[in-house]
Amino acid sequence: MRLRITGDAALRWTAIVGVHAAVVFLWYLAVEYWEIPKFILASPQATFMSLFDDYPWFDNTLVTAMEIFGGYFLAVVVGVGLALMFSWFRTVETLMMPLVISLNMVPKVALGPLIIVWIDYGLQTNIIIAFSISFLPILITTARGLREVEPDLIDLVKTLRATRWQVFIKIQLPGSLPYIFSGMKVAVVLAVAGAIVGEIIASEEGLAYLIGQVQVTLDTAAMMMAVILITLVGVALYLIVLILERVFVVRDARVETV
Amino acid sequence: MTVDAATQGEPFIRLNGIKKIFRSRRQEFLAVSDATFDVHEGDLVSLVGPSGCGKTTLLKIIAGLYTFEDGTMEVGGAGSDFDPARDVGMVFQQPLLLKWRRVLENVILPAEILGLPMRAARDRARDLLDMVGLAGHEQKYPYELSGGMQQRAAIARSLVHDPKLILMDEPFGALDALTRERMNLELLRIWEQSRKTILFVTHGIAEAVFLGTKVVVLTAGPARMADRIDIDLPQPRTLDMKTQEQFGAYTRRIYQLLGME
Repeated sequence: MRLRITGDAALRWTAIVGVHAAVVFLWYLAVEYWEIPKFILASPQATFMSLFDDYPWFDNTLVTAMEIFGGYFLAVVVGVGLALMFSWFRTVETLMMPLVISLNMVPKVALGPLIIVWIDYGLQTNIIIAFSISFLPILITTARGLREVEPDLIDLVKTLRATRWQVFIKIQLPGSLPYIFSGMKVAVVLAVAGAIVGEIIASEEGLAYLIGQVQVTLDTAAMMMAVILITLVGVALYLIVLILERVFVVRDARVETV
Repeated sequence: MTVDAATQGEPFIRLNGIKKIFRSRRQEFLAVSDATFDVHEGDLVSLVGPSGCGKTTLLKIIAGLYTFEDGTMEVGGAGSDFDPARDVGMVFQQPLLLKWRRVLENVILPAEILGLPMRAARDRARDLLDMVGLAGHEQKYPYELSGGMQQRAAIARSLVHDPKLILMDEPFGALDALTRERMNLELLRIWEQSRKTILFVTHGIAEAVFLGTKVVVLTAGPARMADRIDIDLPQPRTLDMKTQEQFGAYTRRIYQLLGME
């Protein structure tokens, strides 16, 4: 039997909350102790209070969340879909995989301005940027997961004259789920980056757009609040993915990459 | 070795001069040459030999996974309705359980693939898990079982569609020595209870003699069949037989055949 260090859930949650609280406290101490000017680093209280300033927090958070979630959803659908196609049609995989690898090397953030040139700016564009940055890791890990089947297991089901569909639905697909989730976890960070890049380059709404607006007035507290809200949207998405993984993947099968 | 046919009637498996060559673009590799032996219904035949002697290849030929060049193979006896899909169960060195399925769901996999009635398959799977000593573990995931227990589940899985022939490819090779001894006894009990014909590949000479009603000895490259030895030890086998002179005589003979003495 393998030894598992899981700890108890209460302890884990205490650690999560405690570490974050500690960071906020250090932040507070630093601002107080070094008397940092508030336009360089706003205190935690000031940052929090900026929520009550006259900024359209809710609308902009909603826009950014839609960009991130929309782009991410597309990335999962297209990434997994293409990987399935690769596994069904080996020629397609042989032809396309080298291309996918080189595309993965392209600094996708640099594609942002091009995409905006091609399809105007706005919410849909930022969804597409978020998607284009985040779908490749999903595609690559899913394709790998669909390929990783024990040869002896294939022999076992071959003696039973399993159809290709049976092999796919009973062995390949469930076997690739841990890989799909590992790709999906990597993709969360990229989807957030993609949406923000789009907003920074050109937009009229969203949290990164708001950062650009308040920067002019040196409202550092509000800028920091916007960064925190973007982070929270990303964390929310990540938690959803973790919960889905918990539901669909047996503990022992999970692949840890992040 | 014509004694078999005379005393026991039609063999269940009859291999005659089987030869298998693997061809790659540049070279040929003779994996099996002139494999000739019979297996009777209800036999437990051990195939023993060093690594790379073609034991696994031979097993896969019998399972219908590989074609062969020369020779003839009859499985199931003359005029039988032997269907390799329904009538062969397989056990490998690794348990190869699906990590995401509970033990019971793993055991019914062959029945699922063959499209057998599921309710009956489930009942049978429960009985088999009971037989291999895994009663009460039906709803566990493979990672919750030890290596020996996982291999027991794999044996139950190989039996779930009630095949006539079980092919085992070094099933206990990955287990520690003590677990392996215990699994040998378990296998003999399961064999006795299920009355299946078993072909058991191993590179353990003592294991081959202890388990087998017959031992087929294969030598390494060029892969050849050295001999077939009937093991005349009483059934049921017990561990103290391993210390008997007759047992030693058999293992010594196999060591000689393999050129190790």
